[in-house]
Amino acid sequence: MTEFTTWDILRNLLLAARWTVVLSLVSFIGGGLIGLLILSSRISKRRAPRIFAKGYIELFQGTPLLMQLFLAFFGLGLFGVNVPAWLAAGVALILWSAAFLAEIWRGCVESIARGQWEASASLGMGRLQQMRHVILPQALRIAVPPTVGFSVQVVKGTALTSIIGFTELSKAGTIVTNATFQPFTVYGLVALIYFALCWPLSKSSQILERKLNVAHRGH
Amino acid sequence: MPYQFEFGWLAEYWPQILSGIGVTARLILIGGTLGLLLGIACAWMRSLGPKGLRWPVAAYVELIRNTPFLIQLFFIFFGLPGLGLQLDAMTAAYLAMILNLGAYACEIVRAGIEATPRGQFEAGASLAMSRFETFRHVVLVPSLQRIWPALASQVVIVMLGSAVVSQIAAQDLTFVANFIQSRNFRAFETYLVSTLIYLVLAVLLRRAMILVGAAIFPKRRAA
Repeated sequence: MTEFTTWDILRNLLLAARWTVVLSLVSFIGGGLIGLLILSSRISKRRAPRIFAKGYIELFQGTPLLMQLFLAFFGLGLFGVNVPAWLAAGVALILWSAAFLAEIWRGCVESIARGQWEASASLGMGRLQQMRHVILPQALRIAVPPTVGFSVQVVKGTALTSIIGFTELSKAGTIVTNATFQPFTVYGLVALIYFALCWPLSKSSQILERKLNVAHRGH
Repeated sequence: MPYQFEFGWLAEYWPQILSGIGVTARLILIGGTLGLLLGIACAWMRSLGPKGLRWPVAAYVELIRNTPFLIQLFFIFFGLPGLGLQLDAMTAAYLAMILNLGAYACEIVRAGIEATPRGQFEAGASLAMSRFETFRHVVLVPSLQRIWPALASQVVIVMLGSAVVSQIAAQDLTFVANFIQSRNFRAFETYLVSTLIYLVLAVLLRRAMILVGAAIFPKRRAA
């Protein structure tokens, strides 16, 4: 029987962690872009897009991410294409992140005082101009800490893609366990790698929040 | 030929689905209650407890909040037997849910406690209440009332996260869905139905949390 050193285990896990990072980045950026679309329909003046966006957010926040992954995996397959796990994983995580980011950002946009809208409207700005010059610059500042905080959820969410067969850090953990029969060491190391990825994000979210509060108090 | 949807299997598998819903409900009922209690205990230790307890609790909270639930579950179910602690799937699932919710609830409850004005503690003391009585009646209840909506959201998130326990063969709703789709080869329909059931459960759980909140907290008096 082959002997595995802790370094052998760690090296293989770290190689797989690259995929966790890539998938997290893709999901976060893609989710951000679609999230912006959902946000703009969520705060639209017309009723239909608002209801659609509300339903979208409720649906994705009210069902397990694991189920969304299954539906993406088997749902895309209905079109007769053979769906690779990475595609289903990417699609599901992007749509899921979009819902959460849209909801976070909506809170930020709505926290901008009513008077700001009215003041910019009284200057004859159109809705896009209001957004671009008045609302978003202010909302963006408030949005940074919770958005960074949500990126932690995205990294942790990628762990579920192992269940539909995408080989990232968690899947590698299972594979390495099956080869080494050392679940305690392997899953312990997997947890530590996730922690190393997530903790700096959590911490910077907290620090940003504190900084922003100080800035607020200054006014 | 376009795909034909087919839901005829529902009649045959309904009893299994119900039992899966039962397991998921039990998980969130027990995991949720004990997790909240753990969270309150940890919040007390972190904000008011003895100094020596603060950093271990902080370490626990950070560790749980920055690792995926799936890995926590695997560590408990597959890893702990290495230390001689062998748990069956349901016990491991309960333990993972309690530890997970406990960490999140700790941070939420702590925010409520720290928002309590200093004067409240002093007012409690001046009524000759012990430290524990002050905490329980003067600090904790209004704190919980303040943060109840956040706590309710977290409990719903943990319930949805519990879908993962199917991976250690705890027989929850997702486990049942996996089983059914391996029999009827109707994966999409099966997961669609279970997703909708989760959606209903999430809505019901949120309602229930609001009702519980209304029942345990005194009505706010108009100022």
